[in-house]
Amino acid sequence: MTPFFTLVRRDVALAFSAGSGALLGVMFFLIVIVALPLGIGPDLNLLARLGPAFLWIGVLLSTLLALDRLFQADHDDGALDLLTLSGLPLELLVLAKCLAHWLTAVVPLIVAAPLMGLFLNVSPTALGATILTVLVGSPALTMIGAIGAALTVTVRRGSLLLAILIVPLTLPVLIFGIGAVNGAVVDGLPFRTPLLLLLAASLASVAIAPFAAAAALRAARG
Amino acid sequence: MKDSRLSLVGEGLACRRGGRTVFSDLGFAVGAGELMAVTGPNGAGKSTLLRLIAGLLAPIAGRLDYQGPAGGDDLAGALHYVGHQDAVKSGFSVRQDLAFWTGYWNGRGDIDAALDAVGLGGLGAIPTAALSAGQRRRLALARTIAVRRPVWLLDEPTAALDAAGEAMLGTLLDDHLERGGMAIAATHQTLPSKPAKTLALSVGAA
Repeated sequence: MTPFFTLVRRDVALAFSAGSGALLGVMFFLIVIVALPLGIGPDLNLLARLGPAFLWIGVLLSTLLALDRLFQADHDDGALDLLTLSGLPLELLVLAKCLAHWLTAVVPLIVAAPLMGLFLNVSPTALGATILTVLVGSPALTMIGAIGAALTVTVRRGSLLLAILIVPLTLPVLIFGIGAVNGAVVDGLPFRTPLLLLLAASLASVAIAPFAAAAALRAARG
Repeated sequence: MKDSRLSLVGEGLACRRGGRTVFSDLGFAVGAGELMAVTGPNGAGKSTLLRLIAGLLAPIAGRLDYQGPAGGDDLAGALHYVGHQDAVKSGFSVRQDLAFWTGYWNGRGDIDAALDAVGLGGLGAIPTAALSAGQRRRLALARTIAVRRPVWLLDEPTAALDAAGEAMLGTLLDDHLERGGMAIAATHQTLPSKPAKTLALSVGAA
């Protein structure tokens, strides 16, 4: 397992090194969330009702930002070839890079979420539920995104293609995530069921996506 | 070196890329302490052959038999591939870059000694983005001595290197072969170390 964690450490270090822009995702998240109240107007009740959904959509879009470089950076400079010469299976390599992506691109969003909630007048209960559901559901976003990142690894300007491929597949995650938040806030709506479905989506994608992404990377070697 | 069982034998290898058969029925044998030069015009399949040996491409026919110095047949874990691209990360310092690969490949080599050997001693702290093409190639070569592996696959190793760099590469190669390693180098130029064998590829040899 040593190469696995060495790779995770390296990707985390690279993400926070100068010029890589790991915090761009958080900045983008901030811009989206700040723009919304300005666009919608000062109706606090409306903002509070829409807030969790906006937070979720913000997380989804911000997560996509860093995904297109997930494998492409290593593919372009030849590092991906060398990374496979360690005995670390390509599937575990994918998993290591996804873990690093989640730590550097998603966790900062979760940390920033309480501040974003303030902008949208989200109640503490709804905010707590949003953070919990993002925590549970975001691994699915990263893992499904990794499949798209692997498929578009050789495509110049593949980020838009990546979004087109990936966003439809992540919509169930969004639906269950917001469904669980509504369940926590509104009486009579289920909370546990959508949360468990969200968890299932994350677990299934962690189990399946590495194989799919690794197959796509093998095909890209040409 | 005498009792080393290191050998790499290819038989009847064929590879297709982009719908074209690059080469077919290709055979070679390299043993301990041997350097094989792969020569041929552009498009003859030199890089393809190296990538095939590295396991980065799959042959459509033929077989590759590898035996490690002490037996064993894990070729991917026993080789260094120095390709066209140097896989040097901008955002890291020279030292960090080499330290990552050394740790990743479970190497125990001394990082500073490896940097000294390729003429990058004293540059460990500078960011890799500030390196010239030749220096990046030297850093890529430093990995081969920070992590000792018996099989070296070098694709145009002298590209971007100056005269002193070529001499340095010759020393590295001679030392590697002296230790009982093997090396396969694709090149257009004269290698700084005398090859024991030459595999000449030609376009459309199929």
